[in-house]
Amino acid sequence: MTSPRSTLSPTPRTLFDKTWGAHVVRPETPATPAVLYVDLHLVHEVTSPQAFAGLRARGRTVRRADRTIATMDHSTPTIPRARGSIPVVGGDQGAQLAQLARNCAEFGIPLLALGNDRQGIVHVIGPEMGLTQPGMTIVCGDSHTSTHGAFGALAFGIGTSEVEHVLATQCLLQRKPRTMAVRVDGRLHPGVSAKDIILAVIAQEGVDGGTGHVFEYMGEAIRALSMEERMTVCNMSIEGGARAGLIAPDDTTFEYIAGRPAAPEGAAWDAAVAEWRQLPSDDGASFDRTVTLDASQLAPMITYGTNPGMGMPIDARVPDPSAAPDAGRRQALDKALHYMDLRPGEPLLGKRVDVVFLGSCTNSRISDLRQAAALMRGRAVAQGVRMLVVPGSQQVKRQAEAEGLDAVFRAAGAEWREAGCSMCIAMNDDRLAPGQYAVSTSNRNFEGRQGKGGRTFLASPLTAAATAITGVITDARTMVH
Amino acid sequence: MTLTAERGGSETARNADGSEVRARIVRFTAPAVLLLANDIDTDQIIPARYLTTTDKTGLGDKLFSDWRYDANGQPKPDFVLNRPEARTAQVLVAGYNFGCGSSREHAPWALVGFGFRAVVARDFADIFRNNALKNGLLPVAIDAAAHERLVASLTATPGASVTIDLADQTMTLPDGTSASFPVDTFAQHCLLSGIDELGYLLTADADIRAYEAGHPGRIRTSGVGAS
Repeated sequence: MTSPRSTLSPTPRTLFDKTWGAHVVRPETPATPAVLYVDLHLVHEVTSPQAFAGLRARGRTVRRADRTIATMDHSTPTIPRARGSIPVVGGDQGAQLAQLARNCAEFGIPLLALGNDRQGIVHVIGPEMGLTQPGMTIVCGDSHTSTHGAFGALAFGIGTSEVEHVLATQCLLQRKPRTMAVRVDGRLHPGVSAKDIILAVIAQEGVDGGTGHVFEYMGEAIRALSMEERMTVCNMSIEGGARAGLIAPDDTTFEYIAGRPAAPEGAAWDAAVAEWRQLPSDDGASFDRTVTLDASQLAPMITYGTNPGMGMPIDARVPDPSAAPDAGRRQALDKALHYMDLRPGEPLLGKRVDVVFLGSCTNSRISDLRQAAALMRGRAVAQGVRMLVVPGSQQVKRQAEAEGLDAVFRAAGAEWREAGCSMCIAMNDDRLAPGQYAVSTSNRNFEGRQGKGGRTFLASPLTAAATAITGVITDARTMVH
Repeated sequence: MTLTAERGGSETARNADGSEVRARIVRFTAPAVLLLANDIDTDQIIPARYLTTTDKTGLGDKLFSDWRYDANGQPKPDFVLNRPEARTAQVLVAGYNFGCGSSREHAPWALVGFGFRAVVARDFADIFRNNALKNGLLPVAIDAAAHERLVASLTATPGASVTIDLADQTMTLPDGTSASFPVDTFAQHCLLSGIDELGYLLTADADIRAYEAGHPGRIRTSGVGAS
């Protein structure tokens, strides 16, 4: 694995160090944070209106509209509609979408509005268009911006004040975070997926294990993942407390980017790849912390509680709060089990669910839909279970339809929907009723996240598909051949 | 500067150059209330269904909505924000990892809208801490021993007062003891002087232009099919 770059660079540097260093406009001092340049700014309807209002009040323009792109995803309806048609959205959601359209028109920002063939979840469409590339800095007023780290881009969520900062200056004020290597050795067994890796990392390190750090995922199991699977892993870095999660770019990365609308071409492509090959962490580069996991020991994971760290192997039993190591965790577990209406020692396998949600920026890409469809082909969603399949983008939807995946889901009795965040955040009409249980491929099982009083079990697309068929929480390994 | 809360409704006040009018925060004494839980996520602080607003104000009534109101929208008498001592409280005390999850700045907007000026916790999630500081809401992280004393005081006397001194980075507890807390030097400077961070960032314009001249960048967002 030794490469020529090791001899060129006197101090071995991490992928993060290189990417950070290449974007410093003004270095950090004890008195002031670094001014960090942003290569790509992604915008959506929910966290941007107040930022545009601020720009307007200051009489400022958007500095780099050509590095900014907006989409509509969080509160958009996913009810089936004719291709290219624009749904009527009423109420506050409609007003917010209209405000985004006005803001983009006024400030000259490209917008993928409802009805556009490339509209979709902000973290699905960036990579899909080839806008997400190695070594870039990418921000968005959305914590799952960490998704783009799968390409070796430094990508993280920001608040609305910072959205305004980036709109006005294309820069952010940032203190350099610490680094944490997350090494996943070994090979996954069939029926165990990228989602299970990240749920296992968070269960092991806790929801604040990565606070103040940027993760770099590495090791044999990570190298073996496809780009879409890598995105699933990086997506949930924030659920482990890390603002960003990176994976070094390699041939898998370059193959994914090649030929996409915003990808470089010809000589520019060759130059880009040559540059991207310099990005991986140097041999001997040091991290502030290192944690390890053995992929070959992993089972499908599922959460039982009300944060993504409350996860366990699907065949384990709900933990007993009285065995918690301290009073804080005992109280948290008590509260979570009360909310989830679960008892200590109870198995989750066989637990009846009401809803299965396949979608979200974690698991709504074409490979997720293919995995689920392969399991569901010729089978039916169990009586009394509602299954929503929500593709991450219009492009994913189109691709799935071209492959006949929509027909598989529909024949099984699942709902085939339009692209959007949908039941991951429940800002539209896709939500759980109070008390309902869902197996969800999304990223958060917080109280009420999928609808007030709703109860979420986070799991992989395979677990979701298997559960939809049986109507009870099911280990997909018993159905995979 | 008045110490009473903005409890929703008003427009953001601005200076002549459009920058937001910021209250200088130096030192204040105010009642504190206890919401002792770890990992309080921003979905609890302000549920997603309230994020359809295009304003920063008016979210105070929605703060902790799902913990605060019953199914009929009536205040739950046991919940801390519905108790008498919460009416004048300006400091919220929680456990570890306050503000984890979603990056929504609506979380500090809702806390400020209710009347809070500081959240005291063992530690904070990164994005929440950043967002809070940009809205004049102090994230005060104190050590285990001080936290334990504070919880004991507030359990015995709900609504007891604390003093938070940003300049000294110290908090005086109801029992008279004090605790220090870390604050980023730059954020502290902005809060003490009542200036917003964008004002500083705008002074970097020449550096930004120089950077852009040397880094043309590889992507353009126009031309990928957006309107």
